[in-house]
Amino acid sequence: MLPLFSLAIEVVVKGLILIAVLMLFAAYMTFSERVLLARVQLRLGPNRVGPFGLMQPLADGLKLLAKESFQPAQANTFVYWLAPSISLFTALFAFTLIPIGGAVTLFGHEVFLRIADLNSGILFILAFSSLAVYGVVLAGWGSNNRYSMLGGLRGTAQMISYEVPMGLSLLTVALAAGTLSLPQIVEAQRETHWFVLTQPISFIIYIITGFAETNRAPFDLPEAEHELTGGYHTEYGGMKFAMFFLAEYVNILAISSIAVTLFFGGFSGPFDLPVVWFLLKVACFVFLFMWVRATLPRFRYDQLMRFSWKVLMPLATLNFIVTAFFILGFR
Amino acid sequence: MLRGLFIVLKYAFRRPVTTLYPEEKRKLPERSRGRHYLTKWEDGKERCVGCELCAIVCPAQAIYVKPEANDPEKPHSHGERYASDFQINMLRCIFCGYCEEACPTGAIILSNEYELSGYTRESLIYTKEMLTEQKPGDSGRDPKREI
Repeated sequence: MLPLFSLAIEVVVKGLILIAVLMLFAAYMTFSERVLLARVQLRLGPNRVGPFGLMQPLADGLKLLAKESFQPAQANTFVYWLAPSISLFTALFAFTLIPIGGAVTLFGHEVFLRIADLNSGILFILAFSSLAVYGVVLAGWGSNNRYSMLGGLRGTAQMISYEVPMGLSLLTVALAAGTLSLPQIVEAQRETHWFVLTQPISFIIYIITGFAETNRAPFDLPEAEHELTGGYHTEYGGMKFAMFFLAEYVNILAISSIAVTLFFGGFSGPFDLPVVWFLLKVACFVFLFMWVRATLPRFRYDQLMRFSWKVLMPLATLNFIVTAFFILGFR
Repeated sequence: MLRGLFIVLKYAFRRPVTTLYPEEKRKLPERSRGRHYLTKWEDGKERCVGCELCAIVCPAQAIYVKPEANDPEKPHSHGERYASDFQINMLRCIFCGYCEEACPTGAIILSNEYELSGYTRESLIYTKEMLTEQKPGDSGRDPKREI
C-alpha cells in the first residue's frame, strides 16, 4: 500500500514539474524563434519588453488571455472546445516516457529522472503522435467553417502520411537496440555508440518526418493556410489559439527529445551531468528546426504528399530491410 | 540545400540594420518635407502677405487664410495685406510641398520635423501662432533669402 502511494506521489510531482517546465520552455521558444529568425534576416528581434525583450512571452500570454472568448455560430460546442485540449494533451503526454537522466538519490529514495518506463516505449510515443491528429481534424470540423474543415483535412492527411516513414525509421533503432523501451535504448547507446553513426538514413528520415508531424517549415501548409483561405485554427481566438500554438512548440520539443534519445545518446555525456547534456542536445535540435524554417520555402500540398508516399516510404522500407539484414546477419 | 542553410546562418552573424527608434533616428535629406513654418524677413516682419495662393493650390484643401489690410502705422508684413488668421489642418495635409512652391514671398516653408503626433484632433489643427517662427531664421531657412 505504501509503496504504491509513494509511487503515485512521485509520478504526480514529476508530472507537475514537467508540465510547468515544458510550458515555460514552449513560451520562451516562441521568443527565441522570433529572435533567431530576426537575426538571420538582419534585423533585431523583440527587445522592448523587459531586459533584452525577455518579458515578451509574458506580454503575449497576457494579451491572449485578455482576448474575447468566442465560438462560431452553430459550432458543435463540445468538439470545438475539446480540439485544442487534445492537441496540447497528446503533445505533453509524449514526454512521460523520455528519460532526462539516470538514477538520482533524493530524500533517501532512488528517483529515476523519467516519469514512466514502458516496455513498449517507442510504440507508445508513435501512438500518441497519431492521436495528435484528432486535435487537428476535430478543430477543422468543429469550427463550422468549410475552409477550416478543408485545412484540417489537409493537415490530418499530411500528419498521417508522414507517420508511416517515421515508424519505419524508428524501428531500425529498435532493431539495433533490441528493445522498445527508451531508457534501455539510451543504455544500449552508452555501451556501443550513438545510433546516428550506424543509421544515418534513419536519422535523416526521422528528422524530415518530424518536421512534417509538427507542421513546421517546410511542411507548414496547415499553418500558412490561414493566410490563404482557412486553416484549422482560424476560428480560434485568445487562449484556445494559444493552446494550439503551445502544442506546436511542445511537439517540436517532443520530436527533438525523441531524436536525441534514440539517435544521439539521450542524456549521456562526459562528466556526470545528464540533465545538462540532454538539454544541450535538445537545444541544438530546436535550433535546427528554427534554422530550417528561416531557410526553406514551403512545399505545395501535392508535392508534400508525393514526397511522403513515393520517396520517403520506399526509402524507409528499404532502409529497414537492409538494417534488419545486417543485424540478423551479424548476430 | 545544405549550402543554403549555411548561407542563411552566415547572416546571423552580421550586424542588424535596424535603427532603434526613438533612441536612434535616421537623418533625413535636407529637402524632406515635414512641418510647416511661416517665416519672417530679417527685420522681423512676416513674409506672408495673405495672398491665399497656398490655400488655392493645396490639393487637400488643408489651409485656411484670412487676409486683412495692414495698419499703416504698425504693418505686419511688407505689402498691403497680411494674414490675420492662418490655419493648417495637419490631418488633411499630404505634405506635398505645393504651398511652398506657390508662395510668392517664400513665407510658408516645410522643415524637416516629422514627429507630429497629438492626442486629439483639435490639437492637430495648427494655428498661426504655432506656425510662425519666433525669431527670423528659427525654422532653419536663411532669413536673408529673397524667396
